[in-house]
Amino acid sequence: MTDDPDNQGIPAPEGATEIIETDYTIGQDNVEGTLGPIGFDIHNPVFMISGITIVAFVFYTLALPEQAGDVFSWLFAQVTQGFDWFFLGAANIFVLFCLFLVVTPWGSVRLGGAEATPDYSYIGWFAMLFAAGMGIGLMFYGVSEPMSHFSTSLGGVSVGEDGVRTDWAPLGAAVGDQEAAIRLGMAATIFHWGLHPWAIYAVVALALALFSFNKGLPLTIRSAFYPILGDRVWGWWGHVIDTLAVFATLFGLATSLGFGATQANAGLNHLFGIPIGNTTEVILISVITAVALISVVRGLDGGVKILSEINMGLAFLLLAFTLIAGPTIAIMTGFADYLMAYIQNLTALSNPVGREDVNFSQGWTSFYWAWWISWSPFVGMFIARVSRGRTVREFVICVLLIPSLVSVLWMSVFGGVAIQQVVQDGYTAAQDADLPLQLFLMLEELPLASITSFIGIILVIVFFVTSSDSGSLVIDTITAGGKVDAPVPQRVFWCIFEGAVAIVLLLSAGGLASLQSMVISTGLPFTIVLLIMCWCILRGLMSEKRG
Amino acid sequence: MIPVDLGHVEALERALQVGADLAGHYGAEVHYVSVTGTAPSKIAHSPEEFREKLNRFAAAEAEARSIASTHAHTVISHDPSVDMDHQLCEAMDEIGADLVVMGSHIPHWYEFGSHGGKLAAHAHCSVMIVRDDTR
Repeated sequence: MTDDPDNQGIPAPEGATEIIETDYTIGQDNVEGTLGPIGFDIHNPVFMISGITIVAFVFYTLALPEQAGDVFSWLFAQVTQGFDWFFLGAANIFVLFCLFLVVTPWGSVRLGGAEATPDYSYIGWFAMLFAAGMGIGLMFYGVSEPMSHFSTSLGGVSVGEDGVRTDWAPLGAAVGDQEAAIRLGMAATIFHWGLHPWAIYAVVALALALFSFNKGLPLTIRSAFYPILGDRVWGWWGHVIDTLAVFATLFGLATSLGFGATQANAGLNHLFGIPIGNTTEVILISVITAVALISVVRGLDGGVKILSEINMGLAFLLLAFTLIAGPTIAIMTGFADYLMAYIQNLTALSNPVGREDVNFSQGWTSFYWAWWISWSPFVGMFIARVSRGRTVREFVICVLLIPSLVSVLWMSVFGGVAIQQVVQDGYTAAQDADLPLQLFLMLEELPLASITSFIGIILVIVFFVTSSDSGSLVIDTITAGGKVDAPVPQRVFWCIFEGAVAIVLLLSAGGLASLQSMVISTGLPFTIVLLIMCWCILRGLMSEKRG
Repeated sequence: MIPVDLGHVEALERALQVGADLAGHYGAEVHYVSVTGTAPSKIAHSPEEFREKLNRFAAAEAEARSIASTHAHTVISHDPSVDMDHQLCEAMDEIGADLVVMGSHIPHWYEFGSHGGKLAAHAHCSVMIVRDDTR
């Protein structure tokens, strides 16, 4: 049962999907050719403009580091502070929209058509979702964020001369009340890693999957805008959207890779005495890029999926060990308690207006939302690519609710153990240490520390690899005009290019920080993109056959 | 078995004709095999549509080249550029082909040329590489 592409009338009711009829053929803007022995197949404007813009920004940052730093941090401050209400409000809309889809009849629409079957098993699918979306963050912030919110909550509220709060505690803090501070701290952490970020990814992924697998449009960001822009989406409107996506993805990955190398270096130094410095970090980036290269050359099934599964296995091993070796009962009861705390504080934490806890809502929440949103084209497209065959309901439940639960579990265990170490044992070494070391210092207090820390380092490195390889695939697809079967050397190019940009920025003073600020600022235009996507998803679903 | 790239059929002309001639001579069936990804491509909006197109191609070939019996096999791959060789080998075993007639020189010759080589190395049956000399 298929759509007959020659039939220009109303598609037959047995049709599996409602293909959008457009004169645009995928690849019509592409340039194919060979460079010596290497074939290429690129989307003419997007590939070139992305490449040139990326190189231009890198040059600007290298040539005028101070000015670039000032400009980008000013931009970043304007965006995260000036538009915090916008980010918070938009993220709330995404969560509500996703939950709405679960309960409506549109939830029965199947991605890829009524006859499609899922491309991957649940395990493989989950592993890839996590590895692309959140792995690295959970490793580092899993320990540090709960402790940070706990101690700021305990410290209470402090108000400056102008009546504006100067503390960083969430909501009303919990001065002097340890139990309440723990609950508030955990609730605030779970809030940042729970429903809202996954809803952001789910919206993008759903839009891309729907318009590609059901409507037959190319697998690029621009396709989701067809209901609004019509055929203009193949012209400059679309070029701008796609280029911005490539730009945000590449710089997002490169800056993460650069910072990741610094963090891994700190970990390696702590564990094995490996010297901290540019040489080690460049070697780390090269190793990560090399492994990512092997992964992209082996492809989605043979490379990305296998690495993601290995990582998920190792991560759960570490989680289980920490749970068992740590104060197990406290954590298990804590899990339910922290989940309740999250639900109870959810409305207050996600409130976009009238916030008194400005440092928390702007410096943490708004920052995070902008960051997730700037990553959403990459993560969303990757999730879309591997989600064919799932119904919308299944998709939202599995991309929104289950990862949120896993995040709750993760934070409860790692953050909970760290906080208990401070509160019960008076062990503050982890709390006082630099961010990258906190995980390792927490593990040191548990048995088999050298083994667990080693596993931790491997996890961090492999999470970077899985971000890098899936990112390269996404950039490759967008710059090939939505083709997923472009010649392999192209994805090799993007993988290496990303590593090279990371190294260049790492070696420039302040380059990483300033470009990361700039990337997060792209979260602002993308928020508008995502809001429009919600509307387009609805339009798209309304014309689909259900179940 | 004839691997087919529906996007570059003109370049396969010679291989298709050779395959048709051999089939006629030995009274064999021709199986056209093509690998597609799950995302929309230049050729089709969906794997189902691709399957339809390959079926029509097989039927058209049967008529145009007077082949007694043709079949079409669509292989769906999660990552076509990388999985193609492996999946063509699998298709070979599934069909139980006696001979694979493979065209060489499609614009990305870097890929298809090596596909032919890999297939020949791993195939359990005969593999004939037909060069398209209309370069």
